[in-house]
Amino acid sequence: MRLFSSYLIGLIFGIGISISGMANPAKVLNFFDVAGNWDPSLIFVMGGALVVTFVGYRAVLRRAAPMIEAKFHLPENRNLDARLLGGAAVFGIGWGIAGFCPGGASPALGTGRFDVIAFVAALTAGIFAAKAMMALTGARAARVLRRET
Amino acid sequence: MIAIDTIFTPWQSLAGGALIGVASVLLMLTLGRIMGATGILAGVLTPTTHPDTGWRLAVLVGMISGPLAVLALTGQMPEIQVPVSLPMLLVGGFLVGIGVTYGSGCTSGHGICGMARLSRRSIAATVTFMVTTGLTVFIIRHVLGA
Repeated sequence: MRLFSSYLIGLIFGIGISISGMANPAKVLNFFDVAGNWDPSLIFVMGGALVVTFVGYRAVLRRAAPMIEAKFHLPENRNLDARLLGGAAVFGIGWGIAGFCPGGASPALGTGRFDVIAFVAALTAGIFAAKAMMALTGARAARVLRRET
Repeated sequence: MIAIDTIFTPWQSLAGGALIGVASVLLMLTLGRIMGATGILAGVLTPTTHPDTGWRLAVLVGMISGPLAVLALTGQMPEIQVPVSLPMLLVGGFLVGIGVTYGSGCTSGHGICGMARLSRRSIAATVTFMVTTGLTVFIIRHVLGA
């Protein structure tokens, strides 16, 4: 049940991404190219997704718990820190260079195109590199903390 | 980079966006989770016996079947045009991977789910990446003139 419903949810997401244009770098980059070949389509993707999610979340989060799991898993961190904003800034630079974001490229893997696979491979390498750097700086911070206490 | 002209598709994009919203709401309704492509992809890539690996993998397989379902329904694969060279795709992909890991999310997790929850962190992250993406495209296309 858990796996089947998750598969169907992924499928709905993948169809949505496919028909919206988010999996098409030419369209994504033209959305950001206000000074050039501007294509405002992505405002409609964001708008449609936001309205449905905003209204749907209000109904769903009124429940005591989700249908299958025991509780809702919502992020609790509320701090605006350098890690969040720096990460978001770097993500934007990468998105502006490549035109693919993780949510656009993951469904696009289904087309079997080599350029999509190459992008996702580089994305994977970036995720692993960042995790390794975080583990390294985390270990160093823990050592400093131990020395100070 | 050669800019390719694309056609403005308001209705198709709105329908696609609404489906993305439906998927996000359904994942919250069933498993109580945020529909973030970053978390799902990163969770699948670091295989453990973690209880979340199973559903994340199922969502990812579902996502990958999306374009095939579109092909089955319409007789055409969704259009993908890549006006970017392979080295730039790799550089961009690597930066996206670093950014979404440090930033704890991307367009789906922060831009849609987080914004719909009116999360301060997600709103700040979304404004930040929309600005840097826009600046990057402007610099590449109009300053470097590629």
